[in-house]
Formats: sequence, structure tokens, C-alpha cells
Amino acid sequence: MSDIINLTLSALIDKIKNKELSSQEITKAYIARAEKSKNLNTYITTDFENAIEKAKKFDEKGNFDYKLPGVPLAVKDLFCTNNLKTTAGSKILSNFIPSYESTVTQHLWDEGAILLGKLNCDEFAMGSSNETSFFGNVESPVGKKVVPGGSSGGSASALAAKLTPATIGTDTGGSIRQPASFTGTVGLKPTYGSCSRYGIVAFASSLDQAGPMTHDVSDAALMLDVISKYDTKDSTSVNFKRGDYFKSLSSNIKGKKIGIPKEYRVDGMPKEIESLWQDGITLLKKLGSKIIDISLPHTTYALPAYYIVAPAEASSNLARYDGVKYGYRSQGENLISMYENTRSEGFGDEVKRRIMIGTYVLSSGYYDAYYLKAQKIRRLIKNDFDEAYKSVDAILTPSTPSSAFKIGDKTDDPVSMYLNDIFTVPVNLSGLPAISIPAGKDKNNYPLGLQLIGKAFEEQNLLNISYSMEKELNFKNNLQDWWIK
Amino acid sequence: MSKNKEYLIKRGNSEYEVIIGLEVHAQVLSKSKLFSDSPTNFGGEPNTQVSLVDAAFPGMLPVINEFCIKQAVKTGIGLNAAINKKSIFDRKNYFYADLPQGYQISQYKDPIVGEGSILLDLPDGEKKVGIERLHLEQDAGKSIHDIDPQNTLVDLNRSGVALMEIVSKPDLRSPEEVNLYIKKLRSIMRYLGTCDGNMQEGSLRADVNVSIRKTGDKKLGTRCEIKNVNSIKFMQMAIEYEANRQADILKEGGSIDQETRLFDTKKNETRSMRSKEDAHDYRYFPDPDLLPLELTDDFISKIKKEIPELPDEKKKRFVDKFKLTPYEANILVSDIETSKYFEDVIKNSDIKLATNWITGELFALLNDRNLEISQSPISSKNLSSLINLIKDGTISGKIAKTVFEIMANESKDPKSIIDEKGLKQQSDPKEIEKIVDDVIKENPKNVELFKSGKDKLFGFFVGQVMKKTDGKANPKLVNDILKNKLN
Repeated sequence: MSDIINLTLSALIDKIKNKELSSQEITKAYIARAEKSKNLNTYITTDFENAIEKAKKFDEKGNFDYKLPGVPLAVKDLFCTNNLKTTAGSKILSNFIPSYESTVTQHLWDEGAILLGKLNCDEFAMGSSNETSFFGNVESPVGKKVVPGGSSGGSASALAAKLTPATIGTDTGGSIRQPASFTGTVGLKPTYGSCSRYGIVAFASSLDQAGPMTHDVSDAALMLDVISKYDTKDSTSVNFKRGDYFKSLSSNIKGKKIGIPKEYRVDGMPKEIESLWQDGITLLKKLGSKIIDISLPHTTYALPAYYIVAPAEASSNLARYDGVKYGYRSQGENLISMYENTRSEGFGDEVKRRIMIGTYVLSSGYYDAYYLKAQKIRRLIKNDFDEAYKSVDAILTPSTPSSAFKIGDKTDDPVSMYLNDIFTVPVNLSGLPAISIPAGKDKNNYPLGLQLIGKAFEEQNLLNISYSMEKELNFKNNLQDWWIK
Repeated sequence: MSKNKEYLIKRGNSEYEVIIGLEVHAQVLSKSKLFSDSPTNFGGEPNTQVSLVDAAFPGMLPVINEFCIKQAVKTGIGLNAAINKKSIFDRKNYFYADLPQGYQISQYKDPIVGEGSILLDLPDGEKKVGIERLHLEQDAGKSIHDIDPQNTLVDLNRSGVALMEIVSKPDLRSPEEVNLYIKKLRSIMRYLGTCDGNMQEGSLRADVNVSIRKTGDKKLGTRCEIKNVNSIKFMQMAIEYEANRQADILKEGGSIDQETRLFDTKKNETRSMRSKEDAHDYRYFPDPDLLPLELTDDFISKIKKEIPELPDEKKKRFVDKFKLTPYEANILVSDIETSKYFEDVIKNSDIKLATNWITGELFALLNDRNLEISQSPISSKNLSSLINLIKDGTISGKIAKTVFEIMANESKDPKSIIDEKGLKQQSDPKEIEKIVDDVIKENPKNVELFKSGKDKLFGFFVGQVMKKTDGKANPKLVNDILKNKLN
């Protein structure tokens, strides 16, 4: 059994296709491990019985040509799943069972994957440590009482703890890459418009993007092949020619020009992050890439702009949770008091904080000073990247300004929590693809990640560079299974 | 325009001019909603025409219905308006139980259609009324407060239905102009097939902005907006009431507060709904789920080619080609079905007679029975044959009215009615002569009186002949023969 859970996704698929392993054996192995890993609190909802049933069916008459033949997967609880509770980590949706399936998860099942259950996340994906979930904190397998990052914290933790061979998360300001970095896993945020947003509980519509979280870069490419598809049900979905990412993986990156943005050398950045980045640069040179110093002058404005745009959109997106149609409803003597009670009781503090910020920045008299200005900054940040991409193919930065922290360390200081996203947020504001790969460890033996930012719709390039780096980095998490009961 | 025809409100020595602007909400004629594929039929069982998108389920996304865009562009062209090649859908945020998203998707800063105009036919000439803009937006659902004593019920069938909000400039000056404006706007949209204009079903309703100012003043007064009025009559009553209310305030030296008001149709008065201070802050911002709407020249020019002849052009053609008076032409073109009916009738019959029969007898009949012309019991073909039977002398105009009545009840063609009932005109001079001779023989006294100069008695003789022929004798022949015999 331990062999199964230690396999990468692509290795697992090979074994299924070779009939070395059955879908049932694999599914049961992951379920057994999940049962022993409950104290990580990665799952909000499990669907194990159905999963075993589906695996049985797959073994009887499954299609082995599928890309994910009989592979059990758990996904972030932000994806609506037909007939299975979808909470977005919130009390207000704690009883919500969709009658429909998100496009992205549908693609997984269409390629033969089997749903294990729904993974914990920050409430409405608002958070960087998974501490805003109504369903409790998630512990990271990298250390006791350590946060897995957020908002796809349950996904990162479940993946690193080997409770699922791969998973998908969503990334609005770093929610895939930061937890990947904190847990020693690979997280890819595709170009905005690559993966359909249909059926994903919205946080900030112009920034949200689903993406794979995997053990290695090959697996990320494989998952991207499955989930990146044009969808007419999402008006922001882009109909571009998608690559055959997994098959086209190449570790030859000779002559690639990699930009190093000076603005990402922030004050107070720990030495270990600084040297991680330096080692990455050295490695890329060794692999035949050309290192070019670049400037992204408006980087410093990215975080404030993000914390205007994202809450603004969220304040409107979350207006539908009013107790009228579905989800949690409180009582009230009239409509207004029902609204107030429902939303006061149904939302957690961080969500309320962002709704208030968003409502404020959209208010008449403040709109121009905040929202409109933030949109202009967003344009400038995008222009910075466009300018840089005239001379480079990709950009290398650290994924996060620090390694994982302890649960409770930052909950009283939202700004220091927000600063976690400082390297990831500019990417969302520009709609670009970026990947975080594990590249080293800090003094506590907690993983550290490097981020590669690519040109729009050039995920293949990004995957190839990280693929070649990954081979040389030879990162190993070496977790001690301390949480297993 | 002559002074005495102006609609003015008098208070003491002051005369006030009434300034009116309309925001008309016209439901786009389309099978499915603006951002979902749910049907838009009127009168369905509550909540049977609602998709997950309309009910704003988590993760649901709007997708623009291209047909609705076409309809809006078409309407814009019909209003002689500028089509904006780039427009943006915004979110108008507010909480209400029948607004599932918690925001309405609407166009705020960048509407799909810009400035245009509508021509009104006033008794003393045309008046151009400016159109400020036309934008697309979603309708909300319906809150029903009177079924359950404890709860408000919500019907989302209308939620997400496409509306065009057509905003006029403050160019209207009287309730009558508002009447003409709405009718003209409705006529244009019906010609285009972009809105059925059915006010009973709520397909056309308006917010009415009213202000007054002393005659001669240039500056506009403070306006009040009367929300959601759903008939022309109520609009006119609301304006009448509101203008007088404002005049009363000004007369007492008061000032008008800018506010939103409601028209109470039972009490025939407007009352305050909310003041400017209480106005919602809708926190408009571009909907991030939708990209800016960009139209190509090709898309617009294709729609231009689909535009039919509109009322103003048709009226001009009717006057020029058919020699109708502008008044007659106006009546015939205001409704596209009427104009089609008219053109069908005159294909094979006399224009003048057709005009008179349609605007006279037929309209009276339809009015009486409360029917649309499309429901007319008398087909254009049958009316055309009736007119030809008058024209060729088969029946008299008087008999024709009898035949028309029978046609209205039996929907038969006039020829068979005439044959069945033996209503054919008697036009044989010999037969008529015989009857004339009989009449003269039977009334020797009157003949004497006539010959001695009592000319008026001629009518008596005509009447007697008609009596004997059941009114079927050709009146001209009767006249001629009588004159001959009596002189």
C-alpha cells in the first residue's frame, strides 16, 4: 500500500494502464490513508463509498485510454460537484448541495478520474493560511501546527500528505502557488481564460483561475491537459490553441532568457529565501539559460491594488448569499433583518472584512480614488510585464517572502498575512501563468518554492523550464508521517 | 406652435411649463433571456422559467444572448441613433428578495446605443424628441406579497429577461405629447419586431421625470421621478397630478425636492418613495464576468439591411404615392399590421374607398369588439372585393354597409352574401322605368304638386321607388328616369 501512495500521478496511471494496479486498490489505499490522517483536517466532505463503487465499475469496464483512468482525486471545496455538498469553506454554504458540476471537475471525471471528496480551504478562498475556514484549520504535514498556506490549504496538505495523487485548486492572488510553496509541492496557475470558471464559487471573477497541484511538473502538465479547455459557458474563457503539455515536455532550455526582477528583492526578506533565489539563478545558468536583470517598476503597488480589486469584486459576488434561495438562512422580523442576521452569522470575519473593504471602494465618491485607480495600476503592472517580455521568455522569483508559519501566528494581523501574497499577486493582476516548484528548505526543514512567471498562454514554456530545474533540484519532502494514527 | 395650444399650469399670475423626460423599459422580444437560455413566455407557472444562472446559484456565469444584442442595435437604428461599437455591462448592486444575484447587470457608463430621435405628429406639425441613450439590462423577478399572509413569495420567471431602457431627453411638454411619444416608440419597435409593446403584460413601462418652470425661463426646475408607470393613461394622470403638485409648492414660495415618487392609481396621486439623500448607492462597476461588448461594422451593417420600412418613411410613401392626407397616412401606418392590411386591400381596389372603409367602418367594428386588426373578422381580400362591388355598381354604398355587417358576423365573401340575400343592385333601365311609372300612377296628387313647383317632393318619389325595390335600385338610374318622367 505504501508503494501506491508514494507514486506520482503519471506513474500511477502507467500502473493502471499496465494492469499492475486496479482502480479499487488505489482508491482504497488513498481512503485508508485519509482515514488515518483525519487530524490534518484536510477534508470537508468525503465521498469514499461512492469512490469505491466508481472504482469497482472502472475496473469492470473502464476505458484505459482515458488520461486519468480510474484515478481517485480529491478537489478543493470551491468546485461545485453534482450531488455532493459544496461549502467554499463557509457556514453560509454549509448545507449547499449543487445540482450541477463545474466544468473543470467535469473534465476530470470525463477522463476517468474518480472523486474522493472535497478539500478544506479558506472561506470563499479568502486567506493565505487556511485559517478562515468555517470547518477549522488545516495542519500541514511539513510540521506540527504549521499552516499549509491558503487558500487551497486543504488541497496542498492532502497532496503533500499523500491523501490524493494530485488535486486542483484555485488561485486568485496566489492560492495555488503559495500553499504549494509551503508544502513542497508543485502548483500551477494557468493564464486567465485557460480553465473555465463555470461552477467554481466565485471570489474575484477577474482574477480567479483553477489550476493543478501535483507532486511534480510532469503531473502538472498532465492535469493541465485535462482541465484547460475552452468553455462557452464562461464568457472570459479564451479559445486559443492549447498545447499537448504532457507529451511536449522538454528539459532542453538552452538559450532561454530568464528575467530577474530587481523589485522582488524586498526589505526584510529572509536570507534563506535570498539564497534560494540565487541558487535558482545559478541552476538556470548551468542549464544553459541566459539570466537578464529586469525591472517591473510598479510591483510595489500590486498588493494595494489587489486588495482593492479583489474585495470590490468579492463584495458583489457574495451578495447572492442572502438566505433567500439556498444556503444558510437566519430568522429576522423583516427582509432586511433576515439579510443582516443571515450574513452576520453566515460569513466569517475575514470575508466580512473584505466585503466591507469592497463595498467601501465601490461607493460613490470613493470609486475613482480606489477602484478606478487600482484598475489603472493593474494596467501599469501588466504593461511592466509586457515590456519585460520583449527581452525575456520567463521570470524567476521566490514564490513567497517567507516559509510556512505556525497556526495563529498571523491571524491578528491581516496586513502581515496579506504580505504573503506579495510575489504572487502581480501575476493574477496581469492574467499571466505562473508555477511554483519546490526548490529548497529553510532552517526548520520547511519547504521553500521558486516561482516562474510566463507569457500569456505559454504554459508549455513555463512547464519545460520548471521540468528541467526540477530534475536538477531533486527536491524531497521526506515527511515523517507524524500525523498518522 | 401657437401659444394657446401649449400645456401650461397657471397659478395666479404665473404660468408654468411642464418638462417631461421618459425612461421607457421595453422588454426585448426574444425567446430566451439576456444571459441565459431560459424561456421568456408571459404567464408561465411561477418559477418554471428559471435557470441556475437566473437564480444566481454559486459559480453560475452570464453568457450574452447575441439575439438580444441584435434587437437592441435594431431598435437603435430605428431610433436614428448612434450605435456604440463598444459597450460595457456593469453591475448595479442592491439587495432585494427578487434580485437573486444581489446586483442587476445593466449598462451604465457605456450603453450600446447613443443619441437618437423620434418624430411626433402633432396636429400642427412634426416635433422631434431627442433620445439620450438606449441600454440593455436584466429584469428582476417579482415579489408577491398578497398570497401568503406570513411570507413574501418570489417568482423568478422574469429574472434575467432582457430589457431595453430607452431614455428620452427632457423634450416632452404635455401629457398628450407623452401619449404620442409612447405610441410612436411602440409603433417603431413593433415594426422592427424588437418589442411587442404589450403594456398589460408589462412589456412596456416607464419612469416619468417631471419638472416645471416659469414660461420663458431657460433653467430646468428640480425634477421628480415617478417610478414604474405601466399605462399611457396612468402616465398622463401622474404627470397632470405631479405638475400641479409642484406648481402648488412653488406658488407658496416653496422649493421642489428631488425625489423618487410612486403613482397611486387608486387615489390618482403621486407620493414620495425616497428622497435624494436616501437614494441607493448602487456601486456600479464593470461586470468582471463579461468582457466589453464589441460590435463589428459587419455585424451592424447586416442588421441595417434587415431594417424594414419604418412608420415615418411609410407615411411619406402613402402620402406621395397613394395621395393620402398626412392625417389618413398617419392612422394607417401607426400600426404595422394595419398598414399591411391597407396595402393588401388596395392591391386590387380603389385607394380612396379603401381608406374610407378601413378608417371608418372597419376601425369602428374592431374598436367595438376590442380586436386587433390581425383578428379582424373581415379579411383584406373580402374587404377588397366589397369595395370593387361598390365601384362597379353591383351594390350601392348603402347596401354595402349591410353587406359589411353580415361579413363581420359570418366572415363570408361579399359576392356570395349578395347572391344569397339577393342584394344585387337593380340596374336595368326598363325595369326601373316600370316601377317609376307605377309610382307616378299611384301618386297623382304629389305629381301635381311637384309640377307646380314643390321640388322637394322629388325625394319622396325616389323613396317610393327604393321601397318597391327593397333599396336595390341603382340610385343614379332612378334619379335620371324620374327626372325624365316628371318633367
